[in-house]
Amino acid sequence: MKYDKIDRKIIHLLQGDLLLTPRPYQDISENLGVSEDDIIRRIERLKASGALRRMGAILRHQKAGYTANAMVLWRVESSDIDYIGELMASFLEISHCYQREFLDYSLFTMIHARTNEELIQLVQQLAVLSGIQTYKIVKSTHELKKVSMAYVL
Amino acid sequence: MQEMTEVDRLILNEIQDNFPLSAQPYQDIASRIGIDESEVIYRIGELKDKGIIRRIGGILDSRSLGFFSTLCATRVPEDQLNKVGEKINQLPGVTHNYVRDFEWNMWFTLTTESKEEALSLIQALEQELQIQIKNMPAKKVYKIKVSFDMGE
Repeated sequence: MKYDKIDRKIIHLLQGDLLLTPRPYQDISENLGVSEDDIIRRIERLKASGALRRMGAILRHQKAGYTANAMVLWRVESSDIDYIGELMASFLEISHCYQREFLDYSLFTMIHARTNEELIQLVQQLAVLSGIQTYKIVKSTHELKKVSMAYVL
Repeated sequence: MQEMTEVDRLILNEIQDNFPLSAQPYQDIASRIGIDESEVIYRIGELKDKGIIRRIGGILDSRSLGFFSTLCATRVPEDQLNKVGEKINQLPGVTHNYVRDFEWNMWFTLTTESKEEALSLIQALEQELQIQIKNMPAKKVYKIKVSFDMGE
């Protein structure tokens, strides 16, 4: 997809916070000098193209009650990776699932639960379901940085 | 956990994935839940003040926009975590950086305009900080979803 000047400005504005007023897209449209309809259509197009992955509220998950979070690394044979990757991805508690290469591990998942017990239980359940018995739960102890990427096009 | 009402949960479930692309999005959310638009706006404001909602906006896809992103891990002696972390965090393309309870104890994400740029930044960090960095770009993405079911 080609982005014109207006698209690029929209992409810039969408990285910020939408106004909490009855017509937030009208606010953007006044800012950019195009109609509200046009703004909405352009955002829809960005969404359809995949450039906009999601539009909506971004939560601080720890404050939303999901205090037990972990990255779990799984050792999966390459012949099984798509099947297991899709299986893990189907769980609501898993937010991210990627194939990556690190030591003996090949599947990375981010898992979120409300308590540590719930987290451990879930990982054990996943291990049984997937048949993957070699895995490593890696928890974070400090957050050193967390910001949104500022994409400048 | 911070205090949340039943209505707060309903609102959070509605606005994470299906935030309306319509002229009056808060009115649409209000109709789905069966409350007033003004209440939706008020409650979202409260959830922002409490820090539960970070922002309402877009999450962009780095690949579709033509950017390269990768996950990196490194091993840093305990007493140098802050110093090394600060150096790494100075790069604008580093968006997340965590100390983790593993032998590879520092994990960060790096987003750049090209793969070459990422590789040269990683190499420069390795030389400057005398560390070894594992570069682990995703070979395949099965899921990226950062929304939460707020439950009943």
